[in-house]
Amino acid sequence: MEHLRSFSGWPPSRPARVVVLDWRHETPDWNQETFLAYGRGRSYGDCCLNENGILIATRGLDRLISFDAETGLLCCEAGATLADILRVSLPRGWFLPVSPGTQFASVGGAIANDVHGKNHHVRGTFGRWVRRFELLRSDTGRSVCSPQEHAELFQATIGGLGLTGLILWVELQLIPVPGAFLDVEALPFHGLDEFLTLSASSPAWEYTVAWADFASGRNFGRGIFLRGQHCATPAGAIEPPPSPRFTLAWVPPFPLIIGPLVRAFNVLWFQKNKAQKHSPVHYSRFFHPLDALGNWNRLYGPRGFLQYQFVVPQSGGDKACREVLDCLRRSGLDSFLSVMKVFGAVPSPGLLSFPLPGISLCLDFPAKPAVFTLLDKLDTIVLKAGGRVYPAKDARMSPASFQAFFPNWSRLENLRDPRFSSSFWRRVTGDRS
Amino acid sequence: MSSERVLILGAASAIAERTARLFAAAGAHFFLVARDPAKLEALRLDLAARGAGAVHVRAQDLAEIRAHGELLDQARAALGEIDIALLAYGVFSDQQRAERDFDEVLRVLHVNFISAASLLEVLARYFEQRGQGCIAAISSVAGDRGRQSHYIYGASKAGLDAYLQGLRNRLYLRHKRIHVLTIKPGLVATPMTRDRPKNFLFASPERVASDIETAIRRRQEVLYTPWFWRPIMATLRAIPEGLFKRLRL
Repeated sequence: MEHLRSFSGWPPSRPARVVVLDWRHETPDWNQETFLAYGRGRSYGDCCLNENGILIATRGLDRLISFDAETGLLCCEAGATLADILRVSLPRGWFLPVSPGTQFASVGGAIANDVHGKNHHVRGTFGRWVRRFELLRSDTGRSVCSPQEHAELFQATIGGLGLTGLILWVELQLIPVPGAFLDVEALPFHGLDEFLTLSASSPAWEYTVAWADFASGRNFGRGIFLRGQHCATPAGAIEPPPSPRFTLAWVPPFPLIIGPLVRAFNVLWFQKNKAQKHSPVHYSRFFHPLDALGNWNRLYGPRGFLQYQFVVPQSGGDKACREVLDCLRRSGLDSFLSVMKVFGAVPSPGLLSFPLPGISLCLDFPAKPAVFTLLDKLDTIVLKAGGRVYPAKDARMSPASFQAFFPNWSRLENLRDPRFSSSFWRRVTGDRS
Repeated sequence: MSSERVLILGAASAIAERTARLFAAAGAHFFLVARDPAKLEALRLDLAARGAGAVHVRAQDLAEIRAHGELLDQARAALGEIDIALLAYGVFSDQQRAERDFDEVLRVLHVNFISAASLLEVLARYFEQRGQGCIAAISSVAGDRGRQSHYIYGASKAGLDAYLQGLRNRLYLRHKRIHVLTIKPGLVATPMTRDRPKNFLFASPERVASDIETAIRRRQEVLYTPWFWRPIMATLRAIPEGLFKRLRL
């Protein structure tokens, strides 16, 4: 039996048992409680954990079912990764409509967390591109869900944190692209206002995102705004290998991501990207720079780390962001990688989808007490501004905050498979069982 | 390179499936044999979507020796000729059960050795007549030395090893262009090892599959996969019996 962890390593947790599902026509024995699908373990926090429960390992459910190179419609099992899809679709000119920060996440996980990417302002969330899927439940068995059939379950499963049952296979619409490369512009900026101006002036770019230095010190608030567009593969271009070049085989006994190194890393990153102005970049470098170092999450050591991503609505959002950044600065804590993105108005299809039109900020910290205190404070600011915190990356928000961020949670609770649950869900709904 | 024609015996095994995907990406045609029709259908669709040419399937329990001749005829009729035959099925034995119940010993030897030898005979005759081709068979590092924990399984694989050595020798003397590959995986995270605690020695079936593909392309004779099992097994084989009998391996 493998030890199935959360990507952030926090909180530490063990399921009572792992059952493996390798074939989509098979059904687990539902005689026990409670179940939760575990794909590739790429979600942070505890939404992929089921302390004292049963994890259904779906790694072997990674088959393709069909791919139409004329229409870009692809059908695959839910344990297939985004990389598995690209390997087949990209040579035939089709790309994922939405690319999150890693290509090693499973399709099922991408739906359960209704993930977003650097093109949210154009394409919306991953769930918008899902045409249908098959859901296996302990109570009602198998059903194919789409906006037309079992529409309520379809809506609840997208962003439903795996609680509505097990997703067996998925039909997904891909987008046509001219090649594997992107035309990328990197623009240095200082402070939130400049970032917002750059975002507002880039509506025609398919991808926009900003990396910012929110480690303590005098560089606080500067960053690099990146915008990109698909382009044809340049002649003679060398494609980087699809798998990581280096992999951390073990968790080091102490954290390697510590204050001074975080600050140095952020300075280097800024200098490196400032110089590169306009150039074609392979998609994996642009979308998944962290994938190049396998198991980079282990750099945080045995105690793991916390990610914190929130979004605040467009109006008043800048004020809330400024408040958050003030709070962070006063805390003296260093965020290793900080990412900002302005979300667009494309509606999310899921009941509990995270994105809303506005400004999103993502921070990460080692899991230590001062960080928990800070993040509780940030929750209050986000709540007051009418925003929300991303459950896929959460390991600590209070039930009261969660329920205020996602008032639809009780509708998901009603549609939850009675035998499915997660550590996250029990925590934020106050269910002690 | 014209598209290869690949026969896979035990196509639903995790290692066979991952290996098939690598050949599918190069446009190979397949004839897949496994017991479960639902699994065959899932495999067929997957390989086709990955770029395979024709994918033929047959639901068949390969322990049934009498079906072997006709099975090969059907595969030839479907594919035209066969370029690569991968023998990938096998059962793991419950050693404790084998010690109590001789039927378990018979079952393991029958599936892993006797039925495999029958298929390999049929294949050898076909390739001899064709004068070229590749036979790749999955054995195990467990066949390198008998150990108290798994010696029934080990004996079945040791038998297969010796068989493949002889077959390689025989075919080489007659037709230098027939390649026989003995594949010896170590610990692989597959359904066969599902209930065993995982450690750093375990390899993914993808890793093993990629080694198999390379070994077929390079016409290697014996493949240890991952590579570190070669020195590990060389060390184990070098231990004298007087000492080895005292070890709990």
